Amino acid sequence: MFDGFDALLLARIQFAFTVSFHFIFPAFSIGLASYLAVLEGLWLKTNNNVYLDLFKYWRKIFAIAFAMGVVSGIVMSYQFGTNWSVFSDRTGPILGPPMAYEVLTAFFLEAGFLGVMLFGMDKVGRKLHFTATLMVAIGTFISAFWILSVNSWMQTPTGYEIAANGQFVPAGSWLTIIFNPSFPYRLVHTVMAAYLTTAFVVGAVGAWHLLKDKADLRARRMFSMAMWMAALVAPLQIFAGDMHGLNTLEYQPAKVMAMEGHYDSHPNGAPLILFGIPNSAEKRVDYAIEIPKASSLILKHDLNAPLAGLDTIPEDEQPPVGIVFWSFRIMVSIGFAMLGIGVFSLIARARGKLFDSTWLHRAAIVMGPSGFIAVIAGWVTTEVGRQPYTVYGLLTTADSVSPLAAPAVGASLLAFVITYFIMFGAGTAYILKLMNKPATGHEEAAASGPLRTAGITPASADSTRRGQSGTMAEEGA
Amino acid sequence: MNIDLTIVWAFIIAFAVFAYVVMDGFDLGIGIIFPALGRGAERDKAMNSVAPVWDGNETWLVLGGGGLFAAFPLAYAIILPAIYPPIIAMLLGLVLRGVAFEGRWRDPSHQPFWDFAFTAGSFVAAFAQGVTLGALLQGVEVDGRAYAGGWLDWLSAYSVLTGIGTVIGYGLLGSTWLVMKTEGVVQDHAFRMSWKLFPATLIALGAVSLYTPFLEGEYWNRWFTFPNVLFSAQVPVLVALITFLLYRALKKRRDYAPFLLTLALFLLGMIGLGISMFPYVVPDEVTIWDAATHPSSQMFMLVGTLFIVPLIIGYTGWAYWVFRGKVGDEGYH
Repeated sequence: MFDGFDALLLARIQFAFTVSFHFIFPAFSIGLASYLAVLEGLWLKTNNNVYLDLFKYWRKIFAIAFAMGVVSGIVMSYQFGTNWSVFSDRTGPILGPPMAYEVLTAFFLEAGFLGVMLFGMDKVGRKLHFTATLMVAIGTFISAFWILSVNSWMQTPTGYEIAANGQFVPAGSWLTIIFNPSFPYRLVHTVMAAYLTTAFVVGAVGAWHLLKDKADLRARRMFSMAMWMAALVAPLQIFAGDMHGLNTLEYQPAKVMAMEGHYDSHPNGAPLILFGIPNSAEKRVDYAIEIPKASSLILKHDLNAPLAGLDTIPEDEQPPVGIVFWSFRIMVSIGFAMLGIGVFSLIARARGKLFDSTWLHRAAIVMGPSGFIAVIAGWVTTEVGRQPYTVYGLLTTADSVSPLAAPAVGASLLAFVITYFIMFGAGTAYILKLMNKPATGHEEAAASGPLRTAGITPASADSTRRGQSGTMAEEGA
Repeated sequence: MNIDLTIVWAFIIAFAVFAYVVMDGFDLGIGIIFPALGRGAERDKAMNSVAPVWDGNETWLVLGGGGLFAAFPLAYAIILPAIYPPIIAMLLGLVLRGVAFEGRWRDPSHQPFWDFAFTAGSFVAAFAQGVTLGALLQGVEVDGRAYAGGWLDWLSAYSVLTGIGTVIGYGLLGSTWLVMKTEGVVQDHAFRMSWKLFPATLIALGAVSLYTPFLEGEYWNRWFTFPNVLFSAQVPVLVALITFLLYRALKKRRDYAPFLLTLALFLLGMIGLGISMFPYVVPDEVTIWDAATHPSSQMFMLVGTLFIVPLIIGYTGWAYWVFRGKVGDEGYH
């Protein structure tokens, strides 16, 4: 079994699989951690128990998503060595330190305060508990900072020299390495993507419960908050994506050529291909629907600016066009659909129909998982688009792989696929089950089951006390 | 000031690995002894006792892996392909048990499945960690800057022995942890399990210690030549002392001492391991200096580590303090 396969291809599939599966969870938990901090902060500030109920509701979901992110993340920290050992040896002196800093400054912070955030509200008091929630949220951001710095260095390497033993080693300041040219754009674009992903999940859950009961106070609150995020962040994200694209054009032009489907150079303004079917054998896009000169306008801010095509790149240095072309279009379409929901919600809000417009609610439900698709499509665009390299222009993917036999890689890939689908499938099913229940005024005190085992009512002294004023607030509302 | 940063980093990585064993050993141990615990309250309490801390514990494993990559990239690049199957098995085991924490509570109708996943995952992870250690000690084939052996070279009687030994040892950490964290019937049961796992751990420790000097490496020389013998001779003496103290602590039904003494036993094992390996990171092939990263990288990481690790220990300690005491006591629920 697997003997006829190519170990390199299997290793690539394995990494693509484990990293894509992993990233689904952080894409959600980065945004959700911040949302939880906002909810708890608003509760402390206003004493309005709707916020506390929402906090407890989403905290249960966060606990599951975070646990799945942790265990699928441990896998990633070993995948570099198991499947890409040559890459690890060559890049260790540059990429090791920021990854070590990610563990030290982010993972420990998240994990250290998570227990208190999930289980400790009655033990440490409100202020300290809020601090724990903030630390978890900050931890998720710091984690994104370091790992995106690492990824960006692989895309736009700077501040290195190549030592006699073949390793990339630091030359000069670490700041040059950490703040490499594509890092600021990738960081902003990815973090906003995580916020949007979460906002659309929260929005869909709010909409789902509004369709059942439009008087549901808590559903109203979460839906309203999510729609504000959509309306405000979606346009910013499109702008940030455009900036990121311009940065890519400067440092990785071949990736942009593949995204645009530009097999040929266009000396007098390049068309923007909206849709079409890339035909790499014939080096053209079939059935293309295009806007003349618009690509030059977007990328060069000049209708007639010349744009080079893949014909200027040697064949063995080109990324696969089809995948990049399609994944880019999926991402962009979802981005504009998100903007559409944001605008739709603003109009409904202005008319005072935010909680009555069933079409808006239905659309928001449909868009619920869209953030995940967009995020994965975006990563596919940038990662496939930088092929055939792991360190752009310097180290090829083929030269990075571990000296492993195909059966070993194939068998482990199969084991990953089976385990991930069963375990994370179950986890996702539990999340959906929790989402299907409306948030209530008596959310269990604990985020997770373990604390209920004594069989006493879960409401703590604290939440009981607050619960009474909360009931009054609800009646007054 | 002329401190060898490579040695500093070797100690930091060793510390991370030990911290991982301290923190996650009992955690996996709970999973290993789980089937022996009564369904219902007993299992619930055992799981409760680790629920708030398990993912912090596993972060030390990420630091061990990430730290090895950062500080000794060549060692990371050689060792991981050499022990590919056990590493993958360990990772999948951790996935199983990690998700089982949530699944078990969210989905009582499938509790037997989740209990099985929790135990199987813990068992596989512990066994794979022991195998990894054994595979490393028995030596791996290196050519240039890469692993040169086959993908089943790790499998041997010795590595299986170290795997079984680790499972038993973690089991003892788990049962003595329960002694510390529970009371009444559950604690009685934990004591009874400890009485079985304690001699089993000693037998495993003895078997591994007897086998190791007969491996191909230089262990015989490293253990039994002067001046090393002065250090290595202390280890069995200390093991005997700890064994006696642990015996007495179990006899007198102490709450905390059995767990702490079991940890001390593991610490001695680690020190023995250190004496056996130093200064190699891949036995007889790659020294820590061969594998060390660039001095600028060592320095850059060290500055942060010296500030951050004490903070981590501080807030991790605080989190344990928040959840101190017996499970089922006031406030836990």
